[in-house]
Amino acid sequence: MSDASLHSASTTQPGEAGFGDFFALLKPRVMTLVVFTALVGLLAAPVAVHPVVGLAAILFIAVGGGASGALNMWWESDIDALMKRTRKRPIPSGRVTRDEAFAFGVTLAVMSVVMLWLATNALAAALLAFTIFFYVVIYTIGLKRWTPQNIVIGGAAGAFPPMIGWAAATGTVSIESVLMFALIFMWTPPHFWALALVMRGDYDNAGVPMLTVTHGQRATRVHILAYTVILAVMAVGAAFTGIGGPVYLAVAVVFNALFLRDAVAIWRRDEAMAEADNYRVERRAFRLSLWYLFAHFTAILAEAALRGLGLAGWA
Amino acid sequence: MSFREEHELHKRRFGRNLGLGLVLAGFVALVFGLTIAKVTNEGFAVRTPQGQQAPQGKGN
Repeated sequence: MSDASLHSASTTQPGEAGFGDFFALLKPRVMTLVVFTALVGLLAAPVAVHPVVGLAAILFIAVGGGASGALNMWWESDIDALMKRTRKRPIPSGRVTRDEAFAFGVTLAVMSVVMLWLATNALAAALLAFTIFFYVVIYTIGLKRWTPQNIVIGGAAGAFPPMIGWAAATGTVSIESVLMFALIFMWTPPHFWALALVMRGDYDNAGVPMLTVTHGQRATRVHILAYTVILAVMAVGAAFTGIGGPVYLAVAVVFNALFLRDAVAIWRRDEAMAEADNYRVERRAFRLSLWYLFAHFTAILAEAALRGLGLAGWA
Repeated sequence: MSFREEHELHKRRFGRNLGLGLVLAGFVALVFGLTIAKVTNEGFAVRTPQGQQAPQGKGN
């Protein structure tokens, strides 16, 4: 345990955190991605859902995702205290105790799974339970401090929400929901490695075996390009499946061209070039990756809406 | 006679209690809404003591 975590543990008094501190434990920014992709999964499904049931499903998926975030912060409070990006989180800053975060996370995790089951079906609840387990036990406790492939495998946890949304509506897992899963799964590594290049010192200090730390910048840049090429093929190819159509194809072509341009630029650069302009291209790629995912899922939603009006698809 | 100035800690506790109260009220409203949505669904049915499915809801 680090000095920082010992210090925060000794100064934090239980029961004194504010409402906002507990809300921050849910990782609200990550939650917006969970809510959005789960909503697209739910609305793109070919089954009408009662609006109240749909609202409840999205809410409980979001709470389940938030519970994962709280349990992640509970386990990682020692390394969070060492990284600039995370040292203001509720536990390392001393506003919430680790025990409070653990109890909060477990309670919300159980409640969200049970309530999603009651509101929708057992498959959606089982997928949510597996997602929480995967993120907390497999990724956070198991892989993150052990292998540089942590982001690749851990990315699966963030890829489940649209699949859960789809399952909440249909009660099944289908090729369309697997494609949405695959889109996020393949997008996660280049997205996080671009961030890791920008935040290079942070992971070093915390001893997290990110690819940038274990294999260096060159290998990370090659990996970003390789994953982006595979992602582009998959994302554009999805236009010709059940979730795609002309609108999706147009969006996919534009955003994959932009993402590939940045990935190639990152691959052509070295550390000295990046230091010279304060990682301008890497920062741009990271920001673009956020828009990339938003655009693709908005296009999937647009295709579903047009299909509902009998206007979309290739037929 | 003057009131003592409220301590920051009390403000924080009040904020937390108010937030929790609103969350619980929202949860109750959501469960109520879910119940209404489920029982008015055409496919909703309850099991009778004889083991037969007695259909309920507006569709029946």
